[in-house]
Amino acid sequence: MADLLLLAMRKSALALRRFLVLAFSTFILAPAFAAEGGAAQPLGDPVVEARVNRLAEELRCLTCMGQSIADSQSSFSSDMKREIRGMIVAGKSDKEIIDFMVQRYGDFVLYRPPVKSTTWLLWGGPFLLLVIALAFLAVKLRKRSAQAGSELSESEHRQAASLLGKSEGDGK
Amino acid sequence: MRRFLFPLAIFLVLAGFLAVGLRLNPREVPSPLIGKPVPAFRLAQLHASDKSISPEDMRGKVWLLNVWASWCVSCKQEHPVLIDLNRQNRIPIVGLNYKDERGAAITWLNQHGGDPYAVSAFDADGRVGIDFGVYGVPETFLIDKAGTIRYKHIGPVTEEALKSKILPLAEELSRG
Repeated sequence: MADLLLLAMRKSALALRRFLVLAFSTFILAPAFAAEGGAAQPLGDPVVEARVNRLAEELRCLTCMGQSIADSQSSFSSDMKREIRGMIVAGKSDKEIIDFMVQRYGDFVLYRPPVKSTTWLLWGGPFLLLVIALAFLAVKLRKRSAQAGSELSESEHRQAASLLGKSEGDGK
Repeated sequence: MRRFLFPLAIFLVLAGFLAVGLRLNPREVPSPLIGKPVPAFRLAQLHASDKSISPEDMRGKVWLLNVWASWCVSCKQEHPVLIDLNRQNRIPIVGLNYKDERGAAITWLNQHGGDPYAVSAFDADGRVGIDFGVYGVPETFLIDKAGTIRYKHIGPVTEEALKSKILPLAEELSRG
């Protein structure tokens, strides 16, 4: 009976290991190989491609929320990369390319939106929260230290002394 | 009792933010093109490759530019609405056939109840679409007589959107 149980356990452990190896190779290794395959495509001038990638990382893919154009494989992103590449080849500066995108898609396309009247809360919000939290903490701490440092009154001293004396007396 | 008030206040504020946040559609990115002149282009017409169409041709009219494609699933949803609008003869609709194939686009129109467009521009590589800040099809722009973009509708045009927003604004622009 115990042997059978052991055998079953070993079998399931084997199955688990096989599953893990399979999962590892499909989810970790395969994308890595896929990425290698992607990079192996002829892309032309590596200097241009490096600039395309750097700019694409600054731009949001509008069809696939939360991904940059560099990370995304969507057709929107490949169009954008094509436009960026075209503008780089045409000798446009990084600023001109970013401005081109903002004119068409708005500040939302930027991962680092500019500080202006509509975005100050976005940039300042976290610091504002920090200041509020620090102020709250300061008030709390002051209150606590005020309580701890308060002097005992004459009668409280006497009461404390008598209590201490009593306990000492008990100890003897 | 009082020590619960502060967490309760925080909770209510947070719930308020989330309630608003959940109602926003993250796909509706405000267009920076509102109030700007319509991007210039001259493209071949979908049905006649030897003829062209440009926003210049529409000057003096209040018109809609509707970005569509045969591969676009939600375009099917708005198509009957556009056909109906065209029948009412209230506002000319110009199509921008976006990243499509000529044959597929024409077949699609025939299969889905007809062609609501006064004319469709054929933007095969989507370059003109980029100038309009198109990122999801369908998108619809309302353009005034002087060629200024006044409104952008993202996603399929609905009867309700026409009635509540697009047509009243178009009428106002026609009078002005």
